[in-house]
Amino acid sequence: MSQQTNGYAHPEALVSTDWVAQHANDANVRVVEVDVDTTAYEQGHVPGAIGWNWSTELCDTVVRDIVPKAKLEKLMSAAGIGNDTTVVLYGDNNNWFAAWAFWQLRIYGHGDVRIMNGGRRKWMEEGRPLTTDPASPAPTTYRAHEPDLTIRSFLMDVRSAMGGETVLIDVRSPAEFTGEILAPPGLPETCQRGGHIPGAKNVPWGKACNEDGTFRSPEELAALYGGVGVSKDKPVIAYCRIGERSSHTWFVLKYLLGHDNVRNYDGSWTEWGNLVGAPVERP
Amino acid sequence: MNAEEYIVRSETLNGWPVRLTSYRLEQRWFCAVDNVDPGACIARAEGASREEVERIAAYKAAGRLARTRRQ
Repeated sequence: MSQQTNGYAHPEALVSTDWVAQHANDANVRVVEVDVDTTAYEQGHVPGAIGWNWSTELCDTVVRDIVPKAKLEKLMSAAGIGNDTTVVLYGDNNNWFAAWAFWQLRIYGHGDVRIMNGGRRKWMEEGRPLTTDPASPAPTTYRAHEPDLTIRSFLMDVRSAMGGETVLIDVRSPAEFTGEILAPPGLPETCQRGGHIPGAKNVPWGKACNEDGTFRSPEELAALYGGVGVSKDKPVIAYCRIGERSSHTWFVLKYLLGHDNVRNYDGSWTEWGNLVGAPVERP
Repeated sequence: MNAEEYIVRSETLNGWPVRLTSYRLEQRWFCAVDNVDPGACIARAEGASREEVERIAAYKAAGRLARTRRQ
């Protein structure tokens, strides 16, 4: 590990670009790229890396849900990932969807999964090698665990948490939080109403990152979230629009700061903002 | 290969701040436009020069940003 991981609660969950450069081709390591821009992998990726498409491979494409267990098993097997493989995830936009994949792999109990600090941008800015050759690993037979839903929040959990000790963190931009806009600029509107869940605190996901895409120091992160009332004795539920930005914040709180009781509400604003009669707060 | 001449620059399109990230992979140029906050890629292009890919990607991005309504 590099010095970048010093001081985090679970430094084993984070690797540096240096580490990936040295270990990407180790027999027990599989590097996987997951991007917001699903065409980015084809332009060039870390040599040996597999590419996953979040919109088709990391979800149920019929029902709105996370990837089903059997589908994940096929995906992992085809990627040459065994139950003991070290999976290193990275992607564009400071690892948005890498964190989404990380969260799902933890739901299905994969033991050793890590994120490359800084993601695709840092790898490219450092001038590290890229290839357009797709990886072709030997397939495995992967067996996922039954889903651990203690790290996932559903609508009923959020409703139950409102007004209690749970800290709700809305990680969208301030303009989305206030209801000024219904979706990030340039993206389709996916909700009927703007605003936020009553009582939620707004901590945009990007505040957890440095300019180069790496995560901020443990001290800076503790101050950021402590400033809105997050503490280790209170449950936390993070949400955004579709659940990927909030999985990034979930990763920060759980693995970098060591909060045990953190859940990602992946229904997020596309669910809440479309519910008939759901309370909405606007400033 | 590796990314050459990697540049990130800021601009405003249709009243929205954006970042244009452009670079060259061997002889091919790429540009991605993101919306800064939250940073999602909203348009991209590839072509023979930085000027060409920035122009095409910015044109696509401007069209998509024009559809974003302030409430």
